[in-house]
Amino acid sequence: MLITNVETVPNKVILKHFGLVYGSTIRAKHIGRDFAAGIKNIFGGELRGYTELLTESRAEAVKRMMQQAHSMGANAIVNVRFSTSSVAQGAAEILVYGTAVMVGEHG
Amino acid sequence: MANLIIILLFLVIGYMTGTYFEKKHYRSIQERERYFVGMPARSSHWKLDIPSGIDVTLVCGGVVVASDYFKNFAATLRNIFGGRMSAYESLIDRGRREAILRMKEQAARWGAYEIINVRVETSTINSSSNKSKGMPMVELFAYGTAIKRSRNSNA
Repeated sequence: MLITNVETVPNKVILKHFGLVYGSTIRAKHIGRDFAAGIKNIFGGELRGYTELLTESRAEAVKRMMQQAHSMGANAIVNVRFSTSSVAQGAAEILVYGTAVMVGEHG
Repeated sequence: MANLIIILLFLVIGYMTGTYFEKKHYRSIQERERYFVGMPARSSHWKLDIPSGIDVTLVCGGVVVASDYFKNFAATLRNIFGGRMSAYESLIDRGRREAILRMKEQAARWGAYEIINVRVETSTINSSSNKSKGMPMVELFAYGTAIKRSRNSNA
């Protein structure tokens, strides 16, 4: 599955549009990570636990989006956008959305 | 009195370690930025002519940063008088550069020579309404479309 965040896939033509597909996930951090982050707040700098958590959730959101596109019969997703919002204390929602398309070779 | 001493101790520790790590991080960022100077990340779409025989993929990089105790204290003071919060400015700046570098590292592993249509976003992880845990935790996230020459192209 080809994923890009521009409107097309270069050197390919879009044969069919399937419309919007998206994947989202809400993850909470566990208490150990929260505690480590509390200590880290004295020293500052990167919070690796959180970086990992968000990377994992983002990969999962992309996977869900790809499953949705796949079930529609698409072979590429174009114009992908990410968005993050904190829904509650200690929980973040990751949303990824794009347009599912069918692409093919020129001519 | 004991509380005051503890707060002062935290301030000193926060200032020393925070400054040390920030300098170290900036050195590492500058070094890696020089290394990736040949791989531009542009926020525009394409060059005017799309080169034929290229492959694309989505690449992204993210980092969560937090301020240290001293910066937090300095920012609280700044909140009274208003103005530039330079303590947080440098924090967000190095987070963003780190996110872009991670994106470039992922692209380099894949074999890309350029990244187009780069988008950078900032989001707060902990809600600032909670005062007791109001330490700013910010995620900087960058993503874009990486381009490489496809192997089976005769262009």
